[in-house]
Amino acid sequence: MPKITYITSENETHTIDVDNGLTVMEGAVQNNIPGIDADCGGGMACATCHVYVTEDWFDKLPKKEDGEEDMLDMAYEPKKNSRLSCQIVVSDELDGLKVNIPSKQG
Amino acid sequence: MIKTDALIIGAGPTGLFTAHQLKLIGLNCEIVDNLDKIGGQCIELYPDKPIYDIPAVPECTGEELTKNLINQLKPFDIKFHLSERVEEVKKDDVNWIVKTSNGKIFSTPNVIIAGGVGSFEPRKFPVKECEKFENKSVFYSVNDKKIFEGKTVAIFGGGDSALDWAVELSKNSKVNLIHRREEFRGAQATVNKVHALVKEGKINLFTKYQMTSVKGNGLLESIDIKNDDEEKKNIKADYVLGFFGLIMQLGPIANWGLNLNKKTIEVDTEKFETNQKGIYAVGDICSYPGKLRLILSGFHEGALAARACFKLARPNEKYRFEFTTTSSSLLKRLGKKE
Repeated sequence: MPKITYITSENETHTIDVDNGLTVMEGAVQNNIPGIDADCGGGMACATCHVYVTEDWFDKLPKKEDGEEDMLDMAYEPKKNSRLSCQIVVSDELDGLKVNIPSKQG
Repeated sequence: MIKTDALIIGAGPTGLFTAHQLKLIGLNCEIVDNLDKIGGQCIELYPDKPIYDIPAVPECTGEELTKNLINQLKPFDIKFHLSERVEEVKKDDVNWIVKTSNGKIFSTPNVIIAGGVGSFEPRKFPVKECEKFENKSVFYSVNDKKIFEGKTVAIFGGGDSALDWAVELSKNSKVNLIHRREEFRGAQATVNKVHALVKEGKINLFTKYQMTSVKGNGLLESIDIKNDDEEKKNIKADYVLGFFGLIMQLGPIANWGLNLNKKTIEVDTEKFETNQKGIYAVGDICSYPGKLRLILSGFHEGALAARACFKLARPNEKYRFEFTTTSSSLLKRLGKKE
């Protein structure tokens, strides 16, 4: 099972086994990782599952779909490496993915 | 003071159908919502997105669902109190006393919280010092556009609100429009207009920039912005407008003495009652073992909470279960029978 590492804004590291097919957001919510609110439940409608993807992983992820960038406009402190974690689907290729959680979601 | 059998907090799909159920069984109710329109998340977050899992409705958008629910309420007289947030819920000897942000006071034996994921509030600038200037020089909506005349205004955002106000205020103010990327998500016609105004020199456009600080002693004087390559600029600003959409906040609900689980309210599955007698929670905001965050679950929860309200609102009457197909009293309430 792929391992996903979530790093909180306080630099706490949580490495979790996440089933293939779940999103990085779902992996966080199901394992009570603090800092990912996911208010809309994965509908790409709220920008409260915002994460920063570490540089070496960012280009390896499937590209953003239409709409994700629009929602990121509303995220708290978006950066070049911002993604919505509900749009990143976990697969074997993502084993070892690291994401940083912003200090706030809004 | 407004007396009612039940007060519903939240005018989303669950709140609307709960109102239908209350009126059908002969109780009156009023609805309060912090948004300026009916429909909750359906209308605010996904008005154009199709929904495929409403029973017997193969496909409909958030806006269509809302319209249909409002239509279903047509036989009934229900008062909506929009753009008002419920601030306080306290018990007097018998009833719940509910106060709103506009100073309205309700007295009711039943409060049904159909609050979704909380109330919608504008998203604010991450820059902490903005708070000092909020509602003086930093705004998240426009109430009176006259105050901007002849002033220098910094507008942040890339959606329709930001673009519409940039176009409008460019007539009488010096407008700096700042956005985190080059693409805008507003209507294409407005985007074109903005670009034309930029060419004419009526709007100064800064793309790939975000705010890093606000400066001023009492009065706002300037702001610092920074781009992706860490280049900093200081620009003059009398006013700052931020349009980053809305976010849901649990808000005052946290202070009403209810058992909370993360951002949800714990309820039983018979009445959808909270730990406080006469306060119910239905829809996305409630939690119980097996809870599904589906609109259809909200409808079920609202129907049961409405029946529970009957006991407290009509303590001397007995509730009788009836079908709309056959009951003459229900058909009368629906306006289908004299």
